[in-house]
Amino acid sequence: MTYKTRKAALLKTSGITLGLVLSLVAANSWAGLSSLRGEASIESGSNAPDVKREHADSPPIERNYFQQPPLIPHRIREYQITLRNNKCLSCHSWKTYKKAKATKISQTHFDDRDGNAQTSLAARRYFCTQCHVPQVDAPPLVGNAFLPVEELSK
Amino acid sequence: MTTPTNGKKGFLSRRSVKAVLIIGFVLGILFWGAFNTALELTNTETFCLSCHEMKDNVYQEYRNTIHYSNRTGVRATCPDCHVPKDWTHKIIRKIQASNELYHKALGTINTREKFEGKRLELAKHEWRRMKKVDSRECRNCHSYDYMDYTMQSRRASPQHIDGFNEGKTCIDCHKGIAHQMPDTSELSKEEREEFNLEQ
Repeated sequence: MTYKTRKAALLKTSGITLGLVLSLVAANSWAGLSSLRGEASIESGSNAPDVKREHADSPPIERNYFQQPPLIPHRIREYQITLRNNKCLSCHSWKTYKKAKATKISQTHFDDRDGNAQTSLAARRYFCTQCHVPQVDAPPLVGNAFLPVEELSK
Repeated sequence: MTTPTNGKKGFLSRRSVKAVLIIGFVLGILFWGAFNTALELTNTETFCLSCHEMKDNVYQEYRNTIHYSNRTGVRATCPDCHVPKDWTHKIIRKIQASNELYHKALGTINTREKFEGKRLELAKHEWRRMKKVDSRECRNCHSYDYMDYTMQSRRASPQHIDGFNEGKTCIDCHKGIAHQMPDTSELSKEEREEFNLEQ
């Protein structure tokens, strides 16, 4: 690249940057910045979202899409899942599920990442709430087109 | 009874006996009041938290639980669960607690690491104590006779009915509800059975 072309390129980039900054400033003064908070200006406060209520205990919830991890149909406040202890296992483990009348952990959760079957819950499946979650009354934040299995086979 | 006829007053004269009785009675009231006040002072959350071992470990864990913060604001503080309410058992427990003063002086659990090292043993002490007295301190508030199973959730209701029918007591299932659970994997088979731990 010669000195001249480099200078021209530099001028061009700075021109584009200036244009971008100007148009952003202009857009901001016209419409207000739109963010997840909505159209509120930076100076104004925003309303705190309503406290979402956890659903009361219910029978198992239907799955909404193919390979969805089953949802937790009960409250789990204060259930400890720590390195030392996993409260979920006191009902959902293979030793206890019958007595507790709970859903047992899937067989797939005993395989480690190389596909070798383990005698107990695989480490990568230990933290249940990474995939399984309880529900609250809240509209989805973003839309999606996921379909249950039956719809896919049609 | 004869009264002293001359000016001499005997040691056991009626007047001095009366005086001793009255003074003894008043001193007795004062002593008992002071003793009881001091005893009750050691039965407050503030007193428990004056030791950093309690404040930094068990108290922090308890603050996340329903016995600390809940919708109605009714609380169960440390002594509500850990010290019996009635006088006889309270005094017995208080005398036992002098051992805790000894270990406070030794610094047995004065760091987080030492506390974590002792967590299982300390938990076992409390689980055994609770089980031995049929979870008496839980039942000071949670009375089985007045539980309305229809108001309980669809999981809790059958489990309570089954549990009570099997002669279980609160602590058999409700462990780690106010503090973190220890690592129970080291327990022997007998101990797992004793503490109703099956996973």
